[in-house]
Amino acid sequence: MESQVVLNEKKKVQLKSSQAIQQFLAFASLIVLVLFFSLASPNFFKFDNIVGILLSTSVIGILALGATFIIITSGIDLSVGTVMTLCSVMAGIFISSMGLPIIVGVLGGILTGATAGMLAGLAIAKMRIPPFIATLAMMMIAKGLALVISGAAPIYFTSYPAFTKIAMGQMIPGIPNAIFIFFLMAIIGGILLNKTIIGRYTFAIGSNEEATRLSGVNVNKWKMIIYIIAGIFTGVAGIVMASRLNSAQPALGQGYELEAIAAVVIGGTSLSGGKGTILGTVIGALIMSVLTNGLRILSVPQEWQTVVVGAVILFAVYADVLRNKKSK
Amino acid sequence: MKKISGIFLGAMLLFSIILSACSSDETSSGNSDGGKKQDGKPYIAIISKGFQHQFWQAVKQGADKAAKEFDVTITFEGPESESQVDKQIEMLRAVLDKKPAALGFAALDSQASVPLLQEAKDKKIPVIAFDSGVEGDIPLATAATDSRAAAALAADKMAELIGQKGEIAVVAHDQVSKTGIERRDGFVDRIKEKYPDIKIVDIQYGGGDHLKSTDAAKAIMQAHPNLKGIFGTNEGSAIGVVNAVSELNKKDIVVIGFDSGKQQIDAIKSGLMAGAITQNPIGIGYETVKAAVDALNGKKVEKNIDTGFFYYDKSNIDDEEIKAVLYE
Repeated sequence: MESQVVLNEKKKVQLKSSQAIQQFLAFASLIVLVLFFSLASPNFFKFDNIVGILLSTSVIGILALGATFIIITSGIDLSVGTVMTLCSVMAGIFISSMGLPIIVGVLGGILTGATAGMLAGLAIAKMRIPPFIATLAMMMIAKGLALVISGAAPIYFTSYPAFTKIAMGQMIPGIPNAIFIFFLMAIIGGILLNKTIIGRYTFAIGSNEEATRLSGVNVNKWKMIIYIIAGIFTGVAGIVMASRLNSAQPALGQGYELEAIAAVVIGGTSLSGGKGTILGTVIGALIMSVLTNGLRILSVPQEWQTVVVGAVILFAVYADVLRNKKSK
Repeated sequence: MKKISGIFLGAMLLFSIILSACSSDETSSGNSDGGKKQDGKPYIAIISKGFQHQFWQAVKQGADKAAKEFDVTITFEGPESESQVDKQIEMLRAVLDKKPAALGFAALDSQASVPLLQEAKDKKIPVIAFDSGVEGDIPLATAATDSRAAAALAADKMAELIGQKGEIAVVAHDQVSKTGIERRDGFVDRIKEKYPDIKIVDIQYGGGDHLKSTDAAKAIMQAHPNLKGIFGTNEGSAIGVVNAVSELNKKDIVVIGFDSGKQQIDAIKSGLMAGAITQNPIGIGYETVKAAVDALNGKKVEKNIDTGFFYYDKSNIDDEEIKAVLYE
């Protein structure tokens, strides 16, 4: 018994150190990228541009934070892009069409995300539909509903300037609020994942779902809770997106889920579950937008930008595979 | 578990029956009596390039107007995004099976659709191309905007507004579609031919996605601090440029857009955008159905129906002629 505990401790230390290395590597790549682009173009390392990079990270970043939880459970969520759109459309309906107070619209949008998460979680936990399929279905349902509800036309917040302030207002001059919302959500995500029972079960389900179930944990319940949490993050991303664009665009959103997953994976969260960090995801999301922005500033043709981002994802996952081999 | 999924399936079935019952009165389903609906009106099938975008909704509006005027039944459908060539071919296949009296078609890929269009021709179904042409002699007529000429007009206006010299850039919607290529090239070629002192420093693509276009335009502005103007080649691209200009507070940059929509109209009224080219989407839809009706009645139809384009800015945005072709 005692030796087992010792073994577990040892494993824990190993896991921790492997994660530390991962984060260090990701962080180092980010620094290298920033250095490279700063040297390559005098226009890269400027206050406005750095703020621009952070701002363009915010939507994908918040989506990726939610996706981190799901991927740690060894699940996947393909619905985040279109559910995000549905959330902004619902906020638009509540605020612009029904004239409800902005706070109600914002909460309504976030609640839409939570509901979609709950339904996906229900399908996965209770109906035993694999996450890939359940969230694929949810992706289509959300996409269709966003179009139906909005009448396939954008909803504008032009008469509600306070709504635009949510993401684009500047509590600190020069820095749009969207950036703070992103970091605030990251802190909340970090606390949930590391300091609460939700986080502990997220890791437990991802490492060994059966063992977790056998030790008396209601896995179904916790899975649903985890998908609801991811849905809430998606809802927040939807609000930030709508606020930044001053409109809910029902046709946008598809494809964002893959960028979110890419950010999570670059940040070192393993698709096979049980491993991952919020800080890693934040860095992963930053790497993606630094790359895109830097390549754009260097006027690299878009076709090649996509190739480079693809190669980076491949490299990041390969590094992860190598490290896992070593630690085994 | 089986019981739950049984109930679920049953509910879905019921749901879809209700849905189809609801919609059957406006678009009656497949029929086989030689292009006549049950109500005896000729049936004209229209396959567009999309339906989510405001532009296509306006085309549909024009088609509906003509259908009412000439007393025909139409269906209007299109794939979700303008890259789904395969989906569009499937839709074409499906409507041909419904034996329409005539066919209106906006090809995403004019080569890919040739075999099916040939089949339509063999069955003596008149084909009217709209928005972008189909190569060969299958279509009796093509109702479209001359994209190159329209973009060249944008170039002339840009040159005029920046005093015929300086750096400018283009944010385009994509690099493979016909409108994407023609609008970009029409603009670039005119600048090269007529304005030797103007330099196009960058062309980036935002996929027509508002958020991505915003980030692309911001990166261009960071990389080229002396930039004097940006041309956005469709609604999403143009709104992205406007967002970028207002986020970086560089309101002296001349922005010229394409198409309309509420946000572009507002941006022009508020001065953020100098002006935009508008096509005549309602006219495109109307002329397509009119040409189909003429062909059915044995009248001669013009091979190339130029549906026209206009430049609009603060000074003429409220003119009746312009108002009629703008959509919100």
